[in-house]
Amino acid sequence: MGSTSAENPTGVGRRDLIKRSAALGLISVPAVGFLSGCASGGGGGRGRAEAGEKTAKNPLGVNTTAPMEFVLFDGGFGREYAEDAVKIYEKNFPGAEVKFSATQKIQSTLQPRFNQGTPPDLIDNSGAEQMDMGVLVGKNQLTDLTPLLDAPSYDDPGKKVRDTLRPGIVEMGQFDGKPVWILYYAYTVYGVWYSQKALDSLDEKYPETWDEMLRVCEKARKRGMAGWTYAGKYPYYIPFSLYPMIGKVGGREVLDAIDNLEPNAWKHPAVKDCFEAYYELYRKGYILKGTPGLDHIQSQTAWAQGKALFIPNGSWVENESSHVIPKDFELAVSAPSGLDDSDRMPFGTIWASGGEPFIVPAKARNPEGGMEQLRIMLSEASSKNFTTKVKSLTAYNGGTDGIPLTSGLKSAVAALEKAGSNVVNPRLQDWYVQLQKEKIGVAGLGEMMAGRLTPAEAIRRIQGFADETAKDPSIKHYKHQ
Amino acid sequence: MQHGKYPFVVGFLTVPLGLYALFVIWPFVQSIYYSFTDWTGLSPDFVMVGLDNYRRMLDDEIFWKSLQHSLLFALLLPLVTIGLALFLAFMINVGGRRRRGGPVISGVRGSSFYKIVYFFPQVLSIAIVALLFAFAYNPSSGAINSVLRGIGLDDVQPLWLGDPDLALWCVMAVIVWSTVGFFVVLFSAGMASIPVELYEAALLDGADRFTTFFRITLPLLWDTVQSGWVYMGILALGAESFAVVQIMTTGPGGPDYSTTVMVLYVYQKAFRDGQAAYATAVGVALLIVTLAFAAIVMRLGRRERLEY
Repeated sequence: MGSTSAENPTGVGRRDLIKRSAALGLISVPAVGFLSGCASGGGGGRGRAEAGEKTAKNPLGVNTTAPMEFVLFDGGFGREYAEDAVKIYEKNFPGAEVKFSATQKIQSTLQPRFNQGTPPDLIDNSGAEQMDMGVLVGKNQLTDLTPLLDAPSYDDPGKKVRDTLRPGIVEMGQFDGKPVWILYYAYTVYGVWYSQKALDSLDEKYPETWDEMLRVCEKARKRGMAGWTYAGKYPYYIPFSLYPMIGKVGGREVLDAIDNLEPNAWKHPAVKDCFEAYYELYRKGYILKGTPGLDHIQSQTAWAQGKALFIPNGSWVENESSHVIPKDFELAVSAPSGLDDSDRMPFGTIWASGGEPFIVPAKARNPEGGMEQLRIMLSEASSKNFTTKVKSLTAYNGGTDGIPLTSGLKSAVAALEKAGSNVVNPRLQDWYVQLQKEKIGVAGLGEMMAGRLTPAEAIRRIQGFADETAKDPSIKHYKHQ
Repeated sequence: MQHGKYPFVVGFLTVPLGLYALFVIWPFVQSIYYSFTDWTGLSPDFVMVGLDNYRRMLDDEIFWKSLQHSLLFALLLPLVTIGLALFLAFMINVGGRRRRGGPVISGVRGSSFYKIVYFFPQVLSIAIVALLFAFAYNPSSGAINSVLRGIGLDDVQPLWLGDPDLALWCVMAVIVWSTVGFFVVLFSAGMASIPVELYEAALLDGADRFTTFFRITLPLLWDTVQSGWVYMGILALGAESFAVVQIMTTGPGGPDYSTTVMVLYVYQKAFRDGQAAYATAVGVALLIVTLAFAAIVMRLGRRERLEY
């Protein structure tokens, strides 16, 4: 970039320079308007494909010859599972042309198309470039998926799709009121991940109370192993075990109040006790040294190498860190430890929820096709295919019989069984991304776990952030139903 | 001849000016327009909201923090980078001792080698540089702390990017590292065009290196330094700082907002929070800062042009 000016450095006139400085420095300003296309342009869009006839084989009434376009997020789960499902669609509708693509750049590829009114028919709106769901819903950009949920399931015409899904999936897709805007395809179990082998070598079981937790950490420290590590650069991983602990200690209402941004929700004694419990890990030196400077991959690697015993994470960790987790690691997940016997919910209370949000845009040309593709993916065969290929559960309830499960997955299934109905589902991370990640995560919990804030200060600060978000008119607000 | 002149000039200017208007001016106008709306960036409908976005900006703590950091970048980074580049370029081209039979002025021994080495970082994309340094700053297994441990400083193991007091400096160091080479080459080229007689005369008068630098090199290089200054300031306000902060820092922008900069904030508001209109308002503020920076540098740097 500098070669031309290097050859002729004195030839740059003042006027040129101002022009250049304008062109260079301000690129960020036009970029916003530019990348997102011309908002006021487009609008019209194309015609919508005519719906086909509803039959037993085609309950959604897909137009058998209408083209269908499917854009997948090409992330940790890869693209193969979706390609396999597309093949089934093509087989069922030989007359339809399917355009399938996978990208990591969901936002940059699709935002202009939303603005022009020409979005694809099915999108996996996931990853770092996820488009804000609240805004998409608020601006009426999505199709209500209720017809899909009420359609007969792919395997059993006597059962509706909605009855084949895991608990919480349908509710997660609602924002306010009845319509279901999102279908989360993957099912993630959050909790404390550890190596059963390492725990066995300490002669310990997974600790159920906090006193036991501290004892196990002390024992580990004597063996030169830290108790905990976490993604220090992305401290919003801490809630994966902290929130369900708060739920266990204080009951679901505490988490609901937090999600609803109620005044003083964070001042609840259960929150304070759990914060203090975590701070104790820092104070006693049970956190792996240097953790606040590690990103998620680095912390997972340190943990897989046996430098730390526990890490708060989600079930994707098995796939994401598969190349560093040793063969004999015996990966396991547990619901978070509570404080003591006086906790409101039993040990086993766990956070599990949907991941990989699939949406059908309101202005899709062939929304029935998009929904039909989802119906295919929610069949037992496709679900098993997904679980086998990417070591993760799907929204389809079941689908783990008769296929070999990896050790992490097996333990996640066991944890879900143990939890039964005690599954909590905090919503901050999909309702208020900035609040959850940047404010509560980085500026609150991250600072506390690095020892730069006391629990009381952290709570005061986080309550302030939550109040700010509650008052901000530019943010759409949601409530638990 | 005379009457054919204007069509001729216009013919040449139309295409570039047209492109400039389409790809630079028009997006500016559009962005400024959007900053008065409530456009989300995710749907084609929006309404005019007047100055609401700007009013909101005034109460937005994170905006002020990012402005503060961006200003610090714009003041400090050019100073350090240009200063360092001038020193290195001087040593490479002029600062060497006179060797018997050699030219009157020359660089230090091995200067042609250094010239190439300094340019290396420029060859790497800034994204790669940021990623490499993110590894180097890793407190438990990164290069920097490993070296510290290696030389026996086991107690000095800073968290680098994890420490709000250090993170911003870590980021700045990376930007300096990755850009200084370009300016060394730029200034080297400028120094090469300074007539040797002037140096000879100075040497005959008994000038040492300092005097030579401040009395001969710097004044004759002034135009280049000034351009470099503006250019570096713009890098520090724009693309370069975005890439480094986005890739390296906690959050990104943290810990505790200690590294957030205006471009990052524009990006986050537009592409994470679905508030494109507010993002363009912040973008307009960045535009004003950038223009002000360029104007101040040009104004302060105004001097008589030396002919030689």
